Amino acid sequence: MSARKRPEPVQIVKERRDRALQALIGSIPYINFMGLHFERRGDELTAIMPYDDKLIGNPMLPALHGGATASFLEITAIIGLSWQLLWEEIESGRVDASRLTVETLPHLPKPIDITVDYLRTGLPRDAYARARVNRSGRRYASVHVEAWQDNHARPFAHATGHFLMSDVRAEATKNDS
Amino acid sequence: MTPDEKKKIAQQFISALPFAKSLGMQVEDIGDGSAILSMPWAEHLVGDPRRGVIHGGAVSALMDTCGGTAVMSHSDMPAGTATIDLRIDYMRPATAGEPIHARAECYHMTRSVAFVRALAWNLDESRPIATANGAFTAERPSKKGDTV
Repeated sequence: MSARKRPEPVQIVKERRDRALQALIGSIPYINFMGLHFERRGDELTAIMPYDDKLIGNPMLPALHGGATASFLEITAIIGLSWQLLWEEIESGRVDASRLTVETLPHLPKPIDITVDYLRTGLPRDAYARARVNRSGRRYASVHVEAWQDNHARPFAHATGHFLMSDVRAEATKNDS
Repeated sequence: MTPDEKKKIAQQFISALPFAKSLGMQVEDIGDGSAILSMPWAEHLVGDPRRGVIHGGAVSALMDTCGGTAVMSHSDMPAGTATIDLRIDYMRPATAGEPIHARAECYHMTRSVAFVRALAWNLDESRPIATANGAFTAERPSKKGDTV
């Protein structure tokens, strides 16, 4: 029986994961336009939409535009799902995080549909969201996403979206060749 | 009100919404409980950089705004509207470099709820990028004597 492999230094692990996440998010111009960023704790992601005047719909209230909220939820859902797939590829070593670019990233899942439920007015301040992948099959995935502001127990919007999976593993192998 | 006047008012309404303005939305046509809006293709709206396809979230934003505009153009003249829920079905990716058009119709209005369906396309309306269905609030103007 061989000796147990020594775990990698924590900063190496963190750097690899953060680099993979950055490659995923940095590849999408619309995320940058919306000003979103993601915080990672292990494999858990929290999306943050810092307040910006351009995100306002009704300037009289003022309130976030429903379209900004929908975009925030949809981006969080697709990144949450992609991250879960990418995580497995990175952790298993099938995909080399240091070589991830727009060209070599696995194709993102494609949205089939999304239903957004507006629960409360989006206030003119920062918003947060987390996605939960309820099902992730070979072809289809169902993702629920919830967004909140000051109080996590009082979400201002949530959504359920369905996505068509692209074969991440096939893509990864293709990129190696 | 002439159709041109109505369109001008609708354009002012859209331009007063910062998010709609930042996405470059324009009013193409306005009817009685219906609206056509467009959004030009722009690099910063792209969700799939390999193919230059506009992100679904931006398409949602266009359809949501178009739905709200259709509600506001209804002959019942609601004082305001907000989205209650909106479901978007994505039929095919948007064509890179082409503007997206959206048509929304408020097909039923109750005292407090407006029911809306919408369609989005690039060049050919018979080949939609997305369809949508949603409910919007219909806020009634306060009656004379009402205290605010």
